[in-house]
Amino acid sequence: MKRNDDFEIRSKHLKNLSEDELEQKFWELAEKIVDPMVELGKKNTTPSIERSVLLRMGFSSTESKEIVQKVIDKNLIGKGAGHIVYRAAKDNNLTVRDAGIKLIEGELWDSVEKVFGGEK
Amino acid sequence: MDIKPNERLNIEKLLENLEDYRPRRRGWHWREGAGEKRKIGKFEYYDTSENLTQSTPLPAAHYFDDIDPQPSNIITTEIASGRFEDDIRRMRMAAWHGADHLMVIRTAGQSHMDGLIEGTPQGIGGIPITRKQVRAQRKALDIIEDEVGRPINYHSYVSGVAGPEIAVMFAEEGVNGAHQDPQYNVLYRNINMVRSFVDAANAKKVMAWADMAQIDGAHNANATAREAWKVMPELMVQHGINSIFSAKCGVKKENICLSTVPPTAPPAPCMRLDLPYAVALRELFEDYKMRAQQNTKYMGSSTREATVTHTLNLLISKLTRAEIQSTITPDEGRNVPWHIYNIEGTDTAKQALVGMDGLTEMVEIKRDHGELADKVRELKERAVLFMEEIIESGGYFQAVEDGFFVDSGLYPERNGDGIARKINGGIGAGSVYERDEDYLAPVTAFFGYNNVEQYDESLVNDPSKLIDGCTFEKPDKIIYIDELDENDNVHVRLEETKELRESSKIKPEMEWKGDGIVQTTICLPVEARVAEFAAIEIAKKMGLKEVEVIHKEVMQEAEGTRVEFKGKVPFNIDTDDLVIPPKPEVMSDDEIRNDIDKKPMKIVAGTVGEDEHSVGLREIIDIKHGGIEKYGIDCHYLGTSVPVEKLVDAAIETNADAILASTIISHDDIHYKNMKNIHELCIEKGIRDKIIITAGGTQVTPELAEKNGMDKGFGRGTKGIHVATFLVKKRREMENEG
Repeated sequence: MKRNDDFEIRSKHLKNLSEDELEQKFWELAEKIVDPMVELGKKNTTPSIERSVLLRMGFSSTESKEIVQKVIDKNLIGKGAGHIVYRAAKDNNLTVRDAGIKLIEGELWDSVEKVFGGEK
Repeated sequence: MDIKPNERLNIEKLLENLEDYRPRRRGWHWREGAGEKRKIGKFEYYDTSENLTQSTPLPAAHYFDDIDPQPSNIITTEIASGRFEDDIRRMRMAAWHGADHLMVIRTAGQSHMDGLIEGTPQGIGGIPITRKQVRAQRKALDIIEDEVGRPINYHSYVSGVAGPEIAVMFAEEGVNGAHQDPQYNVLYRNINMVRSFVDAANAKKVMAWADMAQIDGAHNANATAREAWKVMPELMVQHGINSIFSAKCGVKKENICLSTVPPTAPPAPCMRLDLPYAVALRELFEDYKMRAQQNTKYMGSSTREATVTHTLNLLISKLTRAEIQSTITPDEGRNVPWHIYNIEGTDTAKQALVGMDGLTEMVEIKRDHGELADKVRELKERAVLFMEEIIESGGYFQAVEDGFFVDSGLYPERNGDGIARKINGGIGAGSVYERDEDYLAPVTAFFGYNNVEQYDESLVNDPSKLIDGCTFEKPDKIIYIDELDENDNVHVRLEETKELRESSKIKPEMEWKGDGIVQTTICLPVEARVAEFAAIEIAKKMGLKEVEVIHKEVMQEAEGTRVEFKGKVPFNIDTDDLVIPPKPEVMSDDEIRNDIDKKPMKIVAGTVGEDEHSVGLREIIDIKHGGIEKYGIDCHYLGTSVPVEKLVDAAIETNADAILASTIISHDDIHYKNMKNIHELCIEKGIRDKIIITAGGTQVTPELAEKNGMDKGFGRGTKGIHVATFLVKKRREMENEG
């Protein structure tokens, strides 16, 4: 889009504001712009977020990548990859790390699907 | 690992036991002792921070008792050679010059890598940021910060499609600061915008936990837009979006830093454009920190020009504020930055800031009336209008899709050349998943919905207790990967430079150990294009390999062109084979003066023989040139072409303590013959044992002068202080003998 500088007309409604009020308006608008994005951030996840959770749970970068890929393939990412590993450990009386390694090796998925469903 | 100043950092040793290394602290560190007046040397400073325990002062510091005042601003230098092991050595150089924010640039393409990279592969224009490299560099900085006596902030980038993972790795490894701005991903890396913001929210939460300073990416709009000074309203909007988004994700406002650049540079009337912008920005973002970057948009290959622009930018920092003062290496317009230019950039910031110490006590911005006041108001209004239109268009994502950003028009003017991205497009599109109601992430510093209560209501604020602590509480849970590539790693590279690290052999270097790079500046009496190709031939005849012209500047079309070129030397030098003469002895000014005060000294001096050269001797004598007169030595200068007899007679008449003979012409060894004549004449006249005789000149070899009867010969590079030191010492010696 091309447009000439219509600042003088466009800014008429701002002329009565003090500079403090103008700054306040700047921040009100900024909040209004970012609020929907903050909400998106709260409600959604991504492969990188899931891998970052697994890193914190004590998996290497390569292990995290494998687990997350399997979780996505099983359509279970909405549960949280960390959740899958946590639950697999809990239900099979394993450490979190051992459960994750078994999941990478293709084990424990039956018990996972029993709890969470997922694609067969 | 302690290290002595004259000892090289041992990289192999540093890499030992890395798997067991744990960072000793977390979080950003501001300089200490700012805000108080400080006496350093002979001066009182207003805007400094605590001194370093060891450092390299500015070149002129020797006039001022070698003081090295440290400004209150953090000073940043960006290091990006592609080999982290050599970057570590450069970090040490930079820290000694006063940098305490060491920023590591990532290798080209890392923002599109889906996941973490491991090991130590070589990078291009930066290094692949991996756990091993981060750990090795942080470990090195622990040693270096102990050496200089000030904590050093280590910094890299949390961006791209692996942002949250990188943030976690940085938090685990004690990285102190990072760039994080989802807008950067969207606009410049074409990463899907929804993915970018969702990732960013989580990454920021992790950075907040680690108390890292965050720097945004708005300055890139300035570097990208066609007419950079017109994007000022947009820059404020971009800063605003990332700042408030970060705060809402949990980052403390005092850790949120705006990456701000004065938008333009000379020959534009930059101060008049840049200063109102700087004032408006700092007022709007009063609660946030400023990281002042140098203008790079208008940077070419002239290091001199880049340095002047940087200095003008520093004036803006001083007149407004900049908690973090960044530096760009002045050679960035010609190549990947070199060691020496990281140091130049750092010194430029230190020099200018120290030189402007206390400036605002005397100089004030005309804030309330006139052109600046009008411009500040206008910029704020334009920024508000920009945001109003973002909301009208349907929000940020729609505005990006409509090409609002990086348009070269001065908003609300629009030129239709902005960067437009599709909401459903870009790298990583379709990789955002909604969390289910039973979604769980049993870890610390997790952002957003997390159903912990389904397992334990009491752990809602402590999700990682579900797994008995995550790596943030229990770093022993971190799984460390050493290397994944057996050919592309630091150990292979170190093997290649082993000889240069472990023997007395050396090679010039600019980027990497043993790269052999040298640069040369010449002036050729031809026009630019001819000069360029002639310079390449000259460099080849000088024996350089891989020659490249890196800068040209016309002096006058027909009369001359300045050319700078680089190339590689194909040989080593063995320092064990060098014959290095002992350093000339130098007494302190005060010691010499005391001696002369106690017992006056008189000398006669002249250029002997048929020789009209006078400059050298005058420099040795004249107070104006730092010559021996300044110590109170009484000098009788007889002029040029002085016969040897006249010089000796004058010495006898004035009862001089010494004769200083200057001799430049060396044809047929006439200079040594003249020395011998003076010596023999003094014997003949019976004064030789009472008088000191010295001779100096550009062709004088001290040893030969002494063989020809002189008490001392002085060659090229001699200063008054060398001569004065000798005279005082020799007189003491003679008194002791007598």
